Amino acid sequence: MSETFAGYARADGSVGVRNHVLILPTVVCANGVVERLEREGCGHALVTHQHGCAQVGDDLSLTARTLAGFATNPNVGAVVLLSLGCESNQPDELAELVASSARPVEVLRIQELGGITATLDATRAAAERFRAELDRAEQVEAPWSSLVLGLECGGSDSWSGITGNPALGACADTLVALGGTVVLAETPEIIGAEHLLAERAAEPEVAGELLAVVDEWERHATRTGADARGAQPTPGNQAGGLTTIEEKSLGAIQKAGNSPLVEVVEFGERPSKQGFVFMDTPGHDIEQVTGFAAGGCQVVCFTTGRGTPTGCPVVPVVKIATNTRIAELMAEHIDVDAGPIVAGEATIAEIGEQIWAAVRRVCAGELTAAERGGHREFALPRLWSSL
Amino acid sequence: MRPVLVLAPPDNVGVALVELAPGMEVAWEGSALAVCDPIPAAHKLALVPIGRGERVVKYGTPIGIATVDIAAGAHVHTHNVESDRMRGDR
Repeated sequence: MSETFAGYARADGSVGVRNHVLILPTVVCANGVVERLEREGCGHALVTHQHGCAQVGDDLSLTARTLAGFATNPNVGAVVLLSLGCESNQPDELAELVASSARPVEVLRIQELGGITATLDATRAAAERFRAELDRAEQVEAPWSSLVLGLECGGSDSWSGITGNPALGACADTLVALGGTVVLAETPEIIGAEHLLAERAAEPEVAGELLAVVDEWERHATRTGADARGAQPTPGNQAGGLTTIEEKSLGAIQKAGNSPLVEVVEFGERPSKQGFVFMDTPGHDIEQVTGFAAGGCQVVCFTTGRGTPTGCPVVPVVKIATNTRIAELMAEHIDVDAGPIVAGEATIAEIGEQIWAAVRRVCAGELTAAERGGHREFALPRLWSSL
Repeated sequence: MRPVLVLAPPDNVGVALVELAPGMEVAWEGSALAVCDPIPAAHKLALVPIGRGERVVKYGTPIGIATVDIAAGAHVHTHNVESDRMRGDR
């Protein structure tokens, strides 16, 4: 195996496996520009979202932080920020941050340019200029220790904890042994298994931080006054044989292999350590992948038992089916089939090696099923309602 | 192929690797366990009788509480097991 991968060096020392021009609205009101660009079939990384206005305090900060992390993901080479003009989430601070990361950036304000059509023309021109600039960039050879891999499971079934997740755990252990970083997340989906992760904490403080975020989520879930069943596990999870959140969690944590837990980070926060890191996110798949991208993951591996098309505008998402039935039924969305483990036709270690081989090919430029399908899901978590 | 997978020694449920039907027998701990419900593949089967209020154990770890007496060979799922985490309705 090659000890390095070819990627795009960024000023902060990170290395991208893609070199995207990102078109990013600061507010929902600018989505129209992106939607028209998409209808034209443009090849840039496109985001639409529902927020950025009538937000205050920590809720506004969460949106701003997430957009900032996303815009400076290692896979992003240049950014066009689309602003309406009057929104809460003003673009100037974000533009300065992107510029200070040595990325080309342009802010386009719809209210100054005179509407969507003029902004669309300006966006096209800026993006094409940036694309030409990025296409001149030379790739560098980077060690695998530069890779930050997000670990996700969604649309899980009872096979997830037996096939896809332990196999992804084997892949995670391989990357950690090479000095790289893996990020597990979805705090509500470790409930019932948190003690097993806490036992793996490298420092007692890290165990304490993990148990504290779980406690906060459980209190949040309880305050809703609802039985969490229906959301955790979902109706699809239950049809797939998962009875309780504890059972789902015990399967889910296997994605993280057996390495010590070195750090707990907030939603969208960059890990400061290498190894196995936990990110505090909701269990919502799209919010979680968005958090991984904002936290600097260059690749996400995503196991699924029920099947899901989820992708991300800037991060390749490698989809692993937990059973061969779904791998065949939803073949257009699946990269690796972990189903042969059930029939004893492959071992967990062998499928783990297949996943790691798929990650290496994706780092070398091969498109994932989600990238080929043009999937660009993006979702921002909220702390409270808009004002 | 084995019809039932037991993930850890303390487990009182196994995972059906294939769809199971009432009347089938699966080998477990040297004896034949009679299946008493239709059990879809990937779903759980009680390996021993589990009394109401007892913990259901999978992966060597409790996954919930039995809400009724569960017979050996029965389907173990949301109709007879409940979580006691994240229950804002209580």
